[in-house]
Amino acid sequence: MSMDLIIEAKDVAKWYGAFQVLKDINLTVRKGERIVVCGPSGSGKSTLIRCFNRLEAHQKGEITVNGITLHDRMRNVAEVRKNVGMVFQHFNLFPHMTVLMNCMVGPMWIKGASAVEAKKIALRFLERVRIPEQANKYPVQLSGGQQQRVAIARSLCMEPAVMLFDEPTSALDPEMVSEVLDTMTSLARDGMTMVCVTHEMGFARAVADRVIFMNSGQIVEEGNPEAFFTNPQHDRTKLFLSQILKH
Amino acid sequence: MLYPDTVEAEVLVHKPWFVVTMFAVILAIFLAFNLTGTTMGELMRPVIGDPLQSGLYGRFAVAFVVAVIFSLNVVLIGFAPLKIQIAIVWFELLLLFLAFFETFHLSLPFIWEKLPFLITQGAVTTLYVSAISIVIASVIAILGAVAKLSTNGFAYAIASFYTSFFRGLPLLMQVYLIYLGLPQLGFVIDAVPAGILALSLCYGAYMTEIFRSGIQSIDRGQWEASRSIGFGFGITMRRIILPQALPVIIPPTGNQFISMLKDSSLVSVIGVWELMFLARTLGQKSFQHMEMLISTALIYWIMSICLELIQSRIERHYARSKVR
Repeated sequence: MSMDLIIEAKDVAKWYGAFQVLKDINLTVRKGERIVVCGPSGSGKSTLIRCFNRLEAHQKGEITVNGITLHDRMRNVAEVRKNVGMVFQHFNLFPHMTVLMNCMVGPMWIKGASAVEAKKIALRFLERVRIPEQANKYPVQLSGGQQQRVAIARSLCMEPAVMLFDEPTSALDPEMVSEVLDTMTSLARDGMTMVCVTHEMGFARAVADRVIFMNSGQIVEEGNPEAFFTNPQHDRTKLFLSQILKH
Repeated sequence: MLYPDTVEAEVLVHKPWFVVTMFAVILAIFLAFNLTGTTMGELMRPVIGDPLQSGLYGRFAVAFVVAVIFSLNVVLIGFAPLKIQIAIVWFELLLLFLAFFETFHLSLPFIWEKLPFLITQGAVTTLYVSAISIVIASVIAILGAVAKLSTNGFAYAIASFYTSFFRGLPLLMQVYLIYLGLPQLGFVIDAVPAGILALSLCYGAYMTEIFRSGIQSIDRGQWEASRSIGFGFGITMRRIILPQALPVIIPPTGNQFISMLKDSSLVSVIGVWELMFLARTLGQKSFQHMEMLISTALIYWIMSICLELIQSRIERHYARSKVR
């Protein structure tokens, strides 16, 4: 295994009871790669990336993240999560802390940074997502787009090796989608390794190195965005693309 | 706060039908009771002559005056802003309350003589017994709640057995069982520790359920966000989940505090010199039960009010992050 593989999934399978959500998933993510995962709802996209930081457990196959293999009895799951940032559909900011504190807690409580250092880090990344002026507000006082950017900053503060995005714009008003996508695009430009579950096809076309299409727990099609959008191979992909590009 | 409609309704107590009805009802009630023999009748002497000789005319005049004063009072209060309304009504109810107790002809010197002891011994004991118990109960409650939510069979079984047992027995019986039962097993235990133990175990069981529901009320996404940053169970619980659960937990817990303060009176049966015990015993010698009972009641009430104030203070503190 070469050193620049960040995520490697081999024959991964997962069941919810008798229902199989993931079937024989094989996927590698190299350092600096931007991958967009799309597919109809219920196809297992979110479940897949949630397996990458062990928010969900897979039952078969092997997932290796940053050189650490994920399994049931691992003692160093925090080591993996430290290196994997995650951004959720519903932001999941900590509502009882200010924006600044939301960003400071990771460095402080995981990496043992002092409050002064943590504040410096937090402000740097709030600057990075262009909302340093909101630092002392509480999450409820911000718009959805701002909250999502704070959530991105919070993950960045841990300086992760890879960022996972779980439909980051699906819960946003149309006007706020672009500010979040802009932030993600600029992250991509800076060479951040990213795996994004999203239906923003414009973003996929502009940013992705590879687009992965999933249907009922399987990776149906995988390719560079140009080929994926102009010349999809699989019928299910064609149907999906015609549905979401129709309007 | 109930969310009121933004269309401003006319004040109820200023509607003519309401004022007339209120006036009629008050008049009828006071006509039914003959008040000519009371202070009211005495005050009306210039109008109705000798109260006891005034007959139906006197009775009507007194009732009429009372009804006018009452209705006028209500209508006037209707003009005041909300805060002042609340204050005035509270104050007036309190006055009526005191006037009611006044009719018992309590011996004030006796109360003044016993009050210091009632406070330094009784109220202090009640306070420290309930304070210690509530602290222990909270600790039990957190452990119990975590155990009841855990996937560990032993933890769940022990916690649910505990809550089931201690919620299922009367507190008074628990006090007896611990005070009289433990010595039979060879542990001789003083009355105060026995009382504290009984109160903590009982309230711990109730509060376990409160804490459990509070923890459960927190969205799953908070757990996931915390986990995804890399926080373990301890930090997630202490720094992320519990602080958010507290606003949910505090109102019912405040209720439990107040309820505990009064239920601590049950330990009087095993001879702890707390408020209730003193209330029953101090007045016994001279048959002045009412004096002691009423002053003790007031002391309980004042302590409860203090707790209510503290509770609302804490609630306001936690409301900060909800302000838009």
